[in-house]
Parts: sequence; C-alpha cells; structure tokens
Amino acid sequence: MSDLPKSEEILKDVEHAPPKKGWMNIPVDIRKGMYCYAANPKSLNALGFPNVHEWNPKDEDWNLPENWQEILHKGFKERLDRFRSVKVFMDICVRCGACADKCHYFIGTGDPKNMPVLRAELLRSVYRNDFTLAGKLLGKIAGARKMDEDVLKEWWYYLFQCSECRRCSVFCPYGIDTAEITIFGRELLNLLGLNIDWIATPVANCYRTGNHLGIQPHAFKDMLDFFVEDIEDITGINVEPQFNKKGADILFITPSGDVFADPGTYTCMGYMMLFKYLKDKYGLDVTWSTYASEGGNFGFFTSHETMKRLNSKMYAEAKRLGVKWILGGECGHMWRVINQYMDTMNGPADFLEEPVNPITGTRFENAKSTKMVHISEFTADLIKHGKLDLDPSRNDDLKVTFHDSCNPARGMGMFDEPRYVIRSVCNQFYDMPRNTIRENTFCCGSGSGLNAGEDMELRMTGGLPRANAVKFVHEKHGVNMLACVCAIDRAAFPDLMSYWVPEVDVTGLTELVANALILPGEKQRETNLRGEPLPGMEE
Amino acid sequence: MSLEKLLEKRKSEILKKWYNQVVDTYPPETALFLREQKDAFSNPVGKATRDSLHALLGELLKPEMDSEAVRSHLDPVVRIRAVQAMFTPSQAAGFVYFLKDIIREVLGRDLDNADRLNRLLAFERRIDDMSMSAFNIYMKCREAVFQMKANQEKNKIYKAFLRAGLVEEIPRDETGNHKDA
Ligand code: SF4
Ligand code: SF4
Repeated sequence: MSDLPKSEEILKDVEHAPPKKGWMNIPVDIRKGMYCYAANPKSLNALGFPNVHEWNPKDEDWNLPENWQEILHKGFKERLDRFRSVKVFMDICVRCGACADKCHYFIGTGDPKNMPVLRAELLRSVYRNDFTLAGKLLGKIAGARKMDEDVLKEWWYYLFQCSECRRCSVFCPYGIDTAEITIFGRELLNLLGLNIDWIATPVANCYRTGNHLGIQPHAFKDMLDFFVEDIEDITGINVEPQFNKKGADILFITPSGDVFADPGTYTCMGYMMLFKYLKDKYGLDVTWSTYASEGGNFGFFTSHETMKRLNSKMYAEAKRLGVKWILGGECGHMWRVINQYMDTMNGPADFLEEPVNPITGTRFENAKSTKMVHISEFTADLIKHGKLDLDPSRNDDLKVTFHDSCNPARGMGMFDEPRYVIRSVCNQFYDMPRNTIRENTFCCGSGSGLNAGEDMELRMTGGLPRANAVKFVHEKHGVNMLACVCAIDRAAFPDLMSYWVPEVDVTGLTELVANALILPGEKQRETNLRGEPLPGMEE
Repeated sequence: MSLEKLLEKRKSEILKKWYNQVVDTYPPETALFLREQKDAFSNPVGKATRDSLHALLGELLKPEMDSEAVRSHLDPVVRIRAVQAMFTPSQAAGFVYFLKDIIREVLGRDLDNADRLNRLLAFERRIDDMSMSAFNIYMKCREAVFQMKANQEKNKIYKAFLRAGLVEEIPRDETGNHKDA
C-alpha cells in the first residue's frame, strides 16, 4: 500500500493553476496539434526564397543562418519604411484591451498569448528594443525585449495561430489591424526560411502549375468533364464548359478546391449549370481557364511579393484571352487580395472593361478598378432582375444558415448579397446571433493556410466560437446546412461540424442556386447534385 | 439533517467553488475573461463550463444518478478541454475530482458523525463514477481528433489524383513524408 502515490500527488497534476507571471516571462511551449509542419525545402527553393533549410519546430535547434538576427533586424527596418501602416500600428496601441477577447483563437484555446494585443506585442516588444529610444534605454520596463531564439520561436508559434481574419480590428478604437501585423511578421519569418508546408507547397505548385495541388491543365479539364457527365445524369442537360476561349465576354476563376474537393465540387457543378443557363437564355459567353486555374492565393499568407506574383497570373490570362472582365467564384482570400491589394500591386487593369452585367445592364461600380465581380453579387443581380427560373422547394429539406467568410465579409463588405441569394433559392433560412455574423463574424478557425491535418487541435479550438453559434441555430431552428462562400470554409467546416455539431452539413451558395435553377429543357429531377433524393422524391 | 440535505442546502456555494477551481485551471488572464464575459456567444467556454457543472452537480444530488444524463452534461465541457492543448489528459478530464475536496471543505465540521461519513463515502463513489465517465468522453474526443488527422482531406485527394496520374508536383523527398512527427 505504501508504494501507492498519495491522492494529492496524483491531483497535483490535475489542480493546475498556472503561475501568475507577466507574459514576457512565460516561455513559449510548442504544443503538438497547435502548429503546422515546417515547409518542404524543395517548395521554398522552387520559389527562390532565401535561407531555405531543414528544421523541425519541436527541435531545440532550428538550424538558423548564422546572422539571422541581422537579417531580421534589416528586414524589419526596411518594412517599417515601406509600410506606413505597420509603423503606425507599432506605435499607437494604447493597450486598452478592447481587442483582447475578440479573437476566436483566444476564446477557443484559452491561451492569453492569442489575445490580439499580445500577439502584436510579440513584434512590438522587439520593435521598441530595436527602434525606439525608450526601449533601448529602459528595456523591459518600457515593454521592450531583445530578439533571441526563444522570442523567435514565440513569434513563429503565435503568428501561425492567427488566421489574419481582422475580427479584432473591428473593435479597436484606433483601427489597428492585427492581421496586417501577422502578415508583416510572417513575411519576416520567410526571410529565415521559416514557413509552414501547408502554405509553401501550395504556393510553389500554384506558381508553377497554376493551382495549389499542381493539377495540370488536362487533369483540370478531365475533372470538369467528369462533372458534365454527372450533371447530365441528374438533369438531362449537357453543360459542356468552354476552356481558354479567346474573345469570350467573361473569364471565370474560382479556387481549385471547388474542382477537386467535396463538397466544393457540387458548387463547381453549380457554376457550370448557371453558365449553361445564361448561355442558352441570354447568350452569355463565359470561359474557364486551365492556366489561371486557381483563385486562391496562398501568397497572401507568405509575402507581399508572392501574393503579387500569384495574383498577376489571373490578369495575365484575362489579357491573353481578351475578355471584357473577370467573374470570380466563391473564394475567401482571393477577394481580400483583389479588394485590398490588387489595385496598387498589379492594377489598374486598364486593358479590361468596367464590369457591366450584359443581361441586366447593372454596372458593378465597386469593381470599377479591379474589373472583377463576385459570383454572389452577379447572381443576386440576376435574381433581383427576375432573370433566373427558380424552384426553391427543391431545397425544402434544408434549413440553412450562412457563415460570413472573413474575407468577403470584413475584407470586402459583402453581407447582404449572399443572404438575398439564399432567401431566393431556399425557403428556410435562419441567421446566427448578431454578434457572430456580418462584420462580427467568427473565423472558421482554419484560415490563412492553417487548414492542415497536424494542427487539428488549433482548428477545433479556433473554430469553436463559430461552431457554437451554428449549434445554437441547430438547436433552436433545426438548422441542418451551413452555407458559405469560401473554399477554405468548405474544406474546413466538415471537420469542424463533425466534432462540434455533427448534424450540420456544409454547402457552397451556388450549389443551392443550381439545385433550385430550372434549366431550359431539363428532365424531371429526382435528386439534388449530391445524388440525394429531392424532397417528395424519396422512395 | 442528512448529508444529502446538507449538500442541497450548500449547493450554490459548492457550485461556485467548483466553477472557480475549474476556471482557475486556465492562465489568470483567461480565467478572468471566462468569469466576466457573460455573453454566451462571446464566451462559449465559460458558458459551457458553467452550464455543465451546474447540471452535473444537480445530477449528483438526485436520489438516483442517471448515467445517460451525466454523459450528456459532461460532453460539452470535456469536448472543449480535450482539444485545448495546454492541458494534460488528467488536467482536461480530472476536474470532477475537485468536488471531493470542495465538499469536505464546505461541510467541514458537519462531518461529525459516522452516518454522515458513511454517506459521504457513498457520495464520493458517485463522484468517481462521474470522473470515469469524463475520461471515457475524453478518450472518445481524442479518437475523433486522431481520426480527422488521419483522414486529412489533402492526403485523400492527393493520393487519388496521384493514382490517376494527374499530379505534377514539386518533388518531395524519397518517402514523400515530412521528417516532423
Ligand atoms: S486577425 Fe483574427 S486571428 Fe488574428 S489576432 Fe485578430 S482576431 Fe485573432
Ligand atoms: S483595441 Fe487597439 S489600441 Fe486597444 S489594445 Fe487592441 S490593438 Fe491596442
């Protein structure tokens, strides 16, 4: 008996009340499940990035280049001169704490270093030390600290626990955008070869082959051909798309996730059906491109240069094909890049026309300069003008709620169009609580390149506030379908739902539209695009 | 007064102590937030923890503990703690044991006769059962997470495309694996 541990000894481990210490004095503890694997050096080399090397986040030694501190300091300085916003964000925070509890990663993980204000302090503390007199003189008292390997590890760990969603910025009285600070910090980490593979390899593939998975043009076409067959089985209509057609009116670009990953594939089928409908009814001439086969832009999570490189490909293709303007599919960060950065990076796209919907005559003023229109704006405009034949009862088995994806919502201001579309094609729609939607929307927890497998704990905790609101409308209204306009959402939500609210499935908006859309000459449909019986058609 | 009646009388005090102790398993800044933010959608962890503990204590004090109800009240809070990587398994799922000390502390000198002490032992047996249940749920949650990791979307798609000879990717190392674990 005497060998058995005493109950207090066992419980010592349980009664964990962490020490009350200042955040700077709590060393970083890199936990499994909270980080993504290091970038494959081959991918970084393919992009010509500096200081590429093998390393493992769990190792003591990260094999950094000898003069890494110098590289970082120089990189920091250069960017302070280049990006006025970052310099301002470094200086003006009054640490009021208004942003502190607004981050889904803080709310879900319970780790105080995920408070936006502390995430930014990671960089600010080094900024004070390196670039301000007070910091140089007073050190820690002035909130300054020297960069060393532990600080660098802390940067890396927490900058890759921010999805760059901008929720915190909505609550900051000074408009400080911690997402911009993360973007900046990740760019610095890239100078030392410290990217994650879930970002670096898709970027390398996209740069070389045109999309994240490295799918070649013929394979891209094969996938769409496969959808053509499926759609013909369901509707009796051949929706054969056009590829790389010179002189088409509109170039359509969507994230490749829609082409290769369920449930995005059903949304992809939806686009194809919509374009077929518009072609037959109104002669709209839309082409797909097998070269600009990726709307997503993981360059956005890497560096400004990489984002620019990947974005330029879409415009180069539009120019080559000689289209009038670009229609963009249901993507998240593609739209943030278009709305926030494209114009000063690769724009203005003067060789394209100011987008006008040829069917309704609507001029898309918001896309005047970027020449790129969101599929939900486009569809909402068509519905508003009575241009689509719709049978919403085909979606009567669904009780739908809508997740405002961070980028189209906070990065672009698109709140009403998707809701208008859903209400037009579904009879049962229920919004989630007000403080979890629209500009206050909670991130899916997997944005900005964090939707890997190895960081599942991060994704589940980061997605908890969103899932919690879905659970609420599920319990209150019986919601069974979560709609969204983002391919990362469509990849991430099935996991998130299966853990927190397994009764709720995930769909893109255009899938709902296509199920309701009555194609000219179609046969009596018995199933939806997923092959499930339509309401009233069950055996 | 019977032990059960005593406990019933001190219920809100016990609950408060239990809740505070569970919340204090988080770092102080987080604990403060969990206590103060009352909005259910801004603070899902605090809300689920509060609701679960309340319902669990209610269940413990019933003449017959319904194990199905216990499981359903444990699930939300254990499900959350199972993915909060800061916790070890015992920290994540062991919070039910806190009740033992809390009850002894709250009842203190009232535990002065053999009958009450005997009843206390029986009552603690219930706490043990509830704890076991919490560990079962914890394991189920961890399995679900491992399952998701194993089914990682990209691998499934990547392999399917690879088999079909449709992928031309930046070459990986010979094994195709990362060195990381
Ligand atoms: S941008 Fe989003 S993820 Fe990053 S700190 Fe702010 S709220 Fe958190
Ligand atoms: S809300 Fe703005 S000023 Fe206040 S702590 Fe956060 S970033 Fe700083």
